[in-house]
Amino acid sequence: MAKITMTVNGKEHSGEAEGRTLLVDFIRGELGLTGTHVGCDTSQCGACVVHVNGESVKSCSVFAQACDGAQIATIEGVQNNDGTLNVLQAAFQEHHGLQCGFCTPGMVMSASELLKVNAAPSEAEIREWLKGNICRCTGYHNIVKAVQSAAATMAGAAQAAE
Amino acid sequence: MYAFDLARPADLAGAVATLQTEGAQALGGGQTLIPVLKQRLSQPSVLVDLSGIDSMKGIRRAGEFLIIGGGTTHGTVAGSAEVASSIPAITALASKIGDPQVRNRGTIGGSVANNDPAACYPSAVMALGATVETNKREIAAEEFFQGLYTTSLEEGEIVTAVKFPIPVAATYQKFEQPASRFSLTSVFLAKMGDGSVRVGVTGAGADGVFRHAGLEAALSSDFSAAAVDGVSVDAAMMSNDLHATPEYRAHLVKVMTKRAVAALS
Repeated sequence: MAKITMTVNGKEHSGEAEGRTLLVDFIRGELGLTGTHVGCDTSQCGACVVHVNGESVKSCSVFAQACDGAQIATIEGVQNNDGTLNVLQAAFQEHHGLQCGFCTPGMVMSASELLKVNAAPSEAEIREWLKGNICRCTGYHNIVKAVQSAAATMAGAAQAAE
Repeated sequence: MYAFDLARPADLAGAVATLQTEGAQALGGGQTLIPVLKQRLSQPSVLVDLSGIDSMKGIRRAGEFLIIGGGTTHGTVAGSAEVASSIPAITALASKIGDPQVRNRGTIGGSVANNDPAACYPSAVMALGATVETNKREIAAEEFFQGLYTTSLEEGEIVTAVKFPIPVAATYQKFEQPASRFSLTSVFLAKMGDGSVRVGVTGAGADGVFRHAGLEAALSSDFSAAAVDGVSVDAAMMSNDLHATPEYRAHLVKVMTKRAVAALS
């Protein structure tokens, strides 16, 4: 066991982790942040996607100790400061981009990185980017719509700010 | 997973020293090794995480070579302006590995050291005649890959970089297995400065990645789809699994080579 410290959603957290402890188990078990889900535990489904130092990763396939000192972002930190849904979350709600919601935290964390690197993705680019996120309910159409809508809203807000 | 200690050396010397420990195993991005550990197919005493070694990361052009550090992620390669201007086929290859999250962790050193028969990078390493650099020596591609999941790396030897000669033109044509996104059969085709044409094939061979001498000879004298038609690709040397028969893979070798020729014509 080793004591590790990471900044999760802007707050510093410490806890104990074995060498084999996965980041997702540390986040859920040690820190109690259960918004990050474990779907397949084989790095296929993407329900466990979080950001480590600004990059999306599958937290079931990263060791917690390897993230000692890292900046972690999870779904719990995505909302606006006043507690309302952020643009991407609101777009998922508006466009029915979820049914059971199990995959949604991973979808939102993955899509948010896409919008950071590509502010106006095409439908094909969104589908390509979300290859690592599996949803068994929606058939993806509404998820793609939600991401497109969020991109448009963000572009509009950026234009209004200029 | 069985229990193990995780070591995070900050430099190559520290990693090499820790790998001397009985039962130690190097960890690149972990996108293959961690699933293997979960299945308890491996039981290391110490995992030596190479991701903190900055000297193994990065991409640079050195004369007629493109050198990619062993700890460089697929995502970094896919987004590199240097790679895109030197060997755009490697940009295309890296950007089609797995998914964005796998690309953010997986490394070129880990990929070639693992030598999965369906991995993408080995085809480029073979087709371009790249050199694998380790903490001890330089290993030519042909000598490095030794069959399924087997390389000429010794115990505790670390892939520090891969050095690619820059071709006149190259392309990577991937036919992916849609569920895993590994190569079912993919072809890396390169036109080299000496006029030769080289064909690296991954995903298809029963012994892993290979170059196809018949296709190379035919395309070196006549760079056309018709030349590919005249070559015989032997199904006996192809792998067989539930995704594809050897005959289908042999067929795909020619189809993907023709697509590669079309892409460069």
